[in-house]
Amino acid sequence: MAAAAHPSKAPPWFGPAFALPPAIAALLFALLLPTVSGGTAHEWTLAWAPELGVELAFRVDGLSLLFALLVTGIGAATMLYAGVYMKEHPRIGRFFLYLTLFMISMLGLVLADDAIALFVFWELTTITSFLLIGFTHDDPTSRRNALQALLVTGGGGLVLLAGLLLLGMEAGTLRLSQMDGAAVQASALGTAMAVLVIIGCFTKSAQFPFHFWLPNAMSAPTPVSAYLHSATMVKAGVYLMARFAPVFGDMAVWVWSLTVAGALTAVIGALWALRQTDLKQMLAWTTVMALGTLTLLLAGSESVSIAAAMTFLVVHALYKATLFLVVGILDHDAGTRDRRQLSGLLKAMPLTAAAAMLAAGSMAGFPPFLGFIGKELTYEGALALTALPWLSAVGLVLASACMVAVAGMIALGPFLGRERRSVAEHPHDPPFGMLIGPILLAAMGLAFGLAPALISGSIVQPAVVAVMGGPAEVKLVLWHGVNVPLMLGLLTFAIGIGLYVFRHRAIAAVDAVVTRLPTTGDAVYDRSLTGLKWLAAAQTAVLQCGRPRVYLAATVAVVAVAVLATLVVGGGLRWPAGNPTPDLLGVAAVVVAAAGTVLVVLTPSRLAAIGGLGMVGTAIAVLFLMHGAVDVATTQFLVETLVVVLLAVAMLRLPPLTRLPPRPRGTAVRDGLIAGAAGLMVTCVLLAVLAEPFDRRVTDFFEAASWPEAYGRNIVNVILVDFRALDTFGEIAVVAVAGLGAYALLRNDRVVPKAPADSLILRTALRGLAALLLVFALFMLLRGHNEPGGGFIAGLIAATAFALVTLGHGVDKARRAVGATPRAVALGGLALALAAGLAGLFSGGAPFEGLWMFLGGDPAAGDKGTPLSTVLLFDIGVFLVVVGSVLAIVFALEEEA
Amino acid sequence: MDVLLALLAGLLTAAAVWLLLDRSLVRVLFGLALLGNAANLVIFSAGRLTAGAPPIVPVGAEAPLETVANALPQALILTAIVISFGLFAFALALVHRAHKDLGTADIDALHDAEPSPHADPHHSTPETGR
Repeated sequence: MAAAAHPSKAPPWFGPAFALPPAIAALLFALLLPTVSGGTAHEWTLAWAPELGVELAFRVDGLSLLFALLVTGIGAATMLYAGVYMKEHPRIGRFFLYLTLFMISMLGLVLADDAIALFVFWELTTITSFLLIGFTHDDPTSRRNALQALLVTGGGGLVLLAGLLLLGMEAGTLRLSQMDGAAVQASALGTAMAVLVIIGCFTKSAQFPFHFWLPNAMSAPTPVSAYLHSATMVKAGVYLMARFAPVFGDMAVWVWSLTVAGALTAVIGALWALRQTDLKQMLAWTTVMALGTLTLLLAGSESVSIAAAMTFLVVHALYKATLFLVVGILDHDAGTRDRRQLSGLLKAMPLTAAAAMLAAGSMAGFPPFLGFIGKELTYEGALALTALPWLSAVGLVLASACMVAVAGMIALGPFLGRERRSVAEHPHDPPFGMLIGPILLAAMGLAFGLAPALISGSIVQPAVVAVMGGPAEVKLVLWHGVNVPLMLGLLTFAIGIGLYVFRHRAIAAVDAVVTRLPTTGDAVYDRSLTGLKWLAAAQTAVLQCGRPRVYLAATVAVVAVAVLATLVVGGGLRWPAGNPTPDLLGVAAVVVAAAGTVLVVLTPSRLAAIGGLGMVGTAIAVLFLMHGAVDVATTQFLVETLVVVLLAVAMLRLPPLTRLPPRPRGTAVRDGLIAGAAGLMVTCVLLAVLAEPFDRRVTDFFEAASWPEAYGRNIVNVILVDFRALDTFGEIAVVAVAGLGAYALLRNDRVVPKAPADSLILRTALRGLAALLLVFALFMLLRGHNEPGGGFIAGLIAATAFALVTLGHGVDKARRAVGATPRAVALGGLALALAAGLAGLFSGGAPFEGLWMFLGGDPAAGDKGTPLSTVLLFDIGVFLVVVGSVLAIVFALEEEA
Repeated sequence: MDVLLALLAGLLTAAAVWLLLDRSLVRVLFGLALLGNAANLVIFSAGRLTAGAPPIVPVGAEAPLETVANALPQALILTAIVISFGLFAFALALVHRAHKDLGTADIDALHDAEPSPHADPHHSTPETGR
């Protein structure tokens, strides 16, 4: 690949290759001109989200076609130009990718007929223009400006989405071409919709007070500015205002917003343009002026205003693209864009000068350029406005006069006068690729001016018809006769030429005015961004204070209040009917548990608290036992024993409960309320559950299937190791993780050899007891499938045996007694359980389905014999996991301490 | 009887939350243990109570002959007990370790050991090394 040898040089075919597709597209769009100007609209629809009524619908009418031609035509010229302009840039490939993506998005935007599709393309142009504006991303200013454009236009896009969705609901369709203006304006939400859409358009098209982002966006490479700010990105808002003129056009809020913002934007843009020394900034501000003019004209309801807007759109696209490209050439080949350092380049760059002067002639509105026709129409259109016609016309005269002076500064200043060679050694015309675009576009400005019939009937009139939503007669001619617009035009020339001649004084005067008025929102933008960051930090500080107790209190309080409120509102406060009468033992157990709870809460002594926990656990175990849960009760008793062992090892090394002061009164009340609410919630929910009729279907299935299908008489154990073995596997994995995690937390400590308990009786007794316990554990493990027992219980018994050995004889002896590290035991058990589970899978069944074989059966007597099964292997795995995990913790605590 | 158990579960939950909100990590551990008991009790009671009669199929029969206790919540609770024991042991090891390394079992002091960006910069940070 050539790029490897010359990493920063793009091949010469790059620009032409990327210019070809838009050029072809422009040609194809041009072929549609005859039918579209004949009144046909081409439609193409693809179902996208039919349940939501969203379609990927495209529609080519006069307005869309005008924009599509600008997007593709100027796109082709820009691509060709950029191929030369950017050829030294190391990221040129990425540049063309972004630019092409942007062009496709823009094309989708102007062709979309579905509101959602339109919004998606709208946001795509925002995102791709963000990438283009921030293309030189190693420059912090560039990044900041790109972000600003993204936030302003992206935020406006969201507002637009709200407007479009409301519009879709009220109009009953998302198809723009089928929306009924009368129905929308009659709706109660009409004003809201109009305002939302207007905000979206104003942010995108840089209308006052959102205009500040556009000049900042000039940190993009010049071809990007030429493309985005002449024909595309910023015109998207203008396009949408034109598109929605038939829907909102008669509403006062629409007319007044567009008139006032448009006029203000035009004047502010023109004044700011005058004061710039950087030619690119100057052009950026003239773009603001042009956008203001377009917005102002779109407020009109007469066809002459709309015709003026559409004509001026073409005028502006042609001259603005040319001038941006010319400024790029000056920057590229004469070394600077500062108008104070450029002069006398006519001889060195004759073709560039020719393009610049042709475009500037159109910009200033001299005859016979298209700009002249555009300006005449503009004044005529402004005078036909519904709101403030004369004030608007005066504003436009002022703005246009500034344009005359600016055109002089751009097209005359750099080329006339004495040649200076201070910046570039040998300024010269650029290669063909960079010249062809500007020259062609500038020439079109002249050609269309000389022969307005070329675009009058085929391009402008269909667009006006589309905007008016009805027939309109448009005829562009160079000579209108002596009338008010002509007089205004002459006045414009007089003021403009005066401004150019006395430009130094004029600029000083403008500076004095402009800097005292709040004419740019840049500072407001910065302040609101700072404010937003402050707000984010402040609310994070409140919500994420870093104190777990506050999180816990908030979480529990919210859950408790929400659940209790739901119970109260939904009528869930119920009392179970026909509940079994409490018997004496049950009441006693409940009382003991309650007393233990109170003891744990109130006591300042650690030992008493441990005792209280023991009371609670044991009493609950008794309650389980009373109600037929033998396995559960056994497990609970064993766990209580182990907890006492662990606490005995660890607890006394923790600080006493009295070290910290009791919580302050306010906190105590708050915590008490939260705790009380949580308790009340649990009681009420449980009572509500008990008041419902009970559904025993699952239980009935287990009872009926336990013996015939799983060959087990202990239904609880059968559920654990067979019916729900996958769940059990997950649960023993959790146990293993907890055990090994605790081990990892503690094992890195220095091991201090600890004297075992110094009691001969204990040691002697323990040895026998431990052996007895291990035998008992084995017994419980093997019988578990048919009678109370099983892997969990057996594992806990065995672990207790080893824990007792640890207490009496020290960790070393216990380790030797186990014969393997607890980790190995736990992980081995996990592996065994998994293997037993997978065996069922590989022999064609479901995972964790048991495999069975029978020994010594007697079919005649109906006795199948002694069943052997992978289920037993699984239970052994459970056993090993429990033993290993518990011992890991016991050993670690004992060794570490 | 089930109403009594519902009241007990509520009491256990309230006590557990109260202890979990304490500054002392030791009391937080106690709260954790009580919360496990409360949860098990709720599951057990929700599966309805049957006095006596463990869910075991008698030898010679295909299914339990009379009404026996609901086996499903028992299976759920049995593993839950072991898991809450594992969790308790892990939390105990964690508290133990924190106490040993940081010299405190005060949850607010642990907060200072890892200051948030909004914390008072003059606050001294306890030594975290060993």
